[in-house]
Amino acid sequence: MTETTETPAREALVELSGVSKNYGNVRALEGVSLQVHAGEITCVLGDNGAGKSTLIKIISGLHQHDGGTLALDGEETRLSSPREALDRGIATVYQDLAVVPLMPVWRNFFLGSEPRKGVAPFKRMDVDHMRRTTHAELLRMGIDLRDVDQPIGTLSGGERQCVAIARAVYFGAKVLVLDEPTAALGVKQSGVVLKYVAAARDQGLGVVLITHNPHHAYLVGDRFVLLKRGTMVGNHERDDITLDELTRQMAGGTELDDLRHELERR
Amino acid sequence: MNATQANDADERILRTSPLRKLLGRPELGSVVGAVAVFVFFAFFADSFLRAASLSTVLYAASTIGIMAVPVALLMIGGEFDLSAGVMVTSSALVSSMFSYQMTANVWVGVGVSLLVTLAIGAFNGFMLTRTKLPSFIITLGTFLMLTGLNLGFTKLIDGTVSTKSIADMEGFPSARDVFASTITVGGVGFKVTILWWLALVAVASWILLRTRAGNWIFAVGGNQDAARAVGVPVTRTKIGLYMGVGFGAWISGQHLLFSYDVVQSGEGVGNELIYIIAAVIGGCLITGGYGSAVGSAVGAFIFGMTSKGIVFAEWNPDWFKFFLGAMLLLATLLNAWVRKRAEATA
Repeated sequence: MTETTETPAREALVELSGVSKNYGNVRALEGVSLQVHAGEITCVLGDNGAGKSTLIKIISGLHQHDGGTLALDGEETRLSSPREALDRGIATVYQDLAVVPLMPVWRNFFLGSEPRKGVAPFKRMDVDHMRRTTHAELLRMGIDLRDVDQPIGTLSGGERQCVAIARAVYFGAKVLVLDEPTAALGVKQSGVVLKYVAAARDQGLGVVLITHNPHHAYLVGDRFVLLKRGTMVGNHERDDITLDELTRQMAGGTELDDLRHELERR
Repeated sequence: MNATQANDADERILRTSPLRKLLGRPELGSVVGAVAVFVFFAFFADSFLRAASLSTVLYAASTIGIMAVPVALLMIGGEFDLSAGVMVTSSALVSSMFSYQMTANVWVGVGVSLLVTLAIGAFNGFMLTRTKLPSFIITLGTFLMLTGLNLGFTKLIDGTVSTKSIADMEGFPSARDVFASTITVGGVGFKVTILWWLALVAVASWILLRTRAGNWIFAVGGNQDAARAVGVPVTRTKIGLYMGVGFGAWISGQHLLFSYDVVQSGEGVGNELIYIIAAVIGGCLITGGYGSAVGSAVGAFIFGMTSKGIVFAEWNPDWFKFFLGAMLLLATLLNAWVRKRAEATA
């Protein structure tokens, strides 16, 4: 074998090293490192205010980092807008702003990337294609909609997440960023969403799963990054950590013991 | 029963009856209202059903409808424009005074007026997207400034509150043909504004339902943050919508100028609310994200029928505002109910 330009170790799709972000004099994120590989799920865990949202916003191009480096496919870069992130294959599915509730499912599915036909002044959306594709893609993910014309607000929370995931997969995302996809869902619906997350991983996507539920994270995750008050308190591979340990770290460990002690006194 | 019948089709499809589909249309409330108003005046006003009356009603509807279309699009995009009423007057004033002062062909004034109204629209949109203040405040500011400018400039240049007649100027007859002529069909004269109105409704409907821009309009009105996050150019869409209102104001303003050849500089105040009412009666949600151009046309038609119907019935025109207010309330209640249905999560 001759030497090739390919590196033997796989290059991470997204790699953050020592990233920090300040809002005015508030330090939102400090020294966070994270890797996302193709066909793997990287879970970001943390309580409210830990900096999870800030981290997503940096990866998805809504905000720019102040310190550290962000590399895509090994190339250091800075994302200036969500559009640029999308163009480079990073699709973000937000917990509550993934869709426009009053718009039909097919319009939501293609929003921002509408296929068009016809010539210049009469360029129009390819509506038939959009309707058919939406139905077919959702069916592929196991959602059988009776009517792609229904407002997406009439779907259940889990179904809406799945539409957003299916959309990202269809548009050739290489990296899928999911913001608390199971936060507002019941047990069964959460399971359905996690199944689609795993399905996206099996299609070779790199997934960033943001959650505060260690049980959900441990079901599908390959790497776990723990955030606390803007700093990284843990970065584990799946083999290095057990669910119990992850749960304990997530719950605050000793802080939980203190709390129990405090509550018992009353 | 034949069991094989349901094999191909999804059995759940039966749940969507045509009636439910119809109930989901944004124009529904306005169409029901329009039929009711039509029957009401057909019964109470003897002359209401004549062709000449229809022409009068359509003319009244078109003068509102031309502006109601872009205002409806803007409302679907989630914003208001309170400057729309006086912008019509500004458009007419600019056109008239530019031609008169420069002794130019009136078409030059018409062209300058288009640039000015588009610029005012762009200004509204730019201020809105830059400052992120509510459109109510921004356009209230523009409304007051334009009102002042209309009066101030007219007095400064002409010495009175109205412009000089441009009826004898070069290009006036052809411009009048385009903006204020009457077309006779079967012995009844129809104003050309009706054609402008119908054309605008057709173009706006096509944009809304079949183009990428239409998808963006619904999205920025329905959930601006989601739209931005999936890559919709929110700023460009909103500025475009405001420029659309500017375009409508241009057509309306030129009609005003070329039907009377002089312009009163204080006109137009209050009309902005009538445009909004027509759009809301037509099913546009005040919070954005839902509505149609056809609905705004039906809203304008209701406005035309009511304002002229009261005259044909030989009633006191004071009652007009009462009817309009009642229509607005009923239509909004119906729309709120429709939206609740549409947004309900399973």
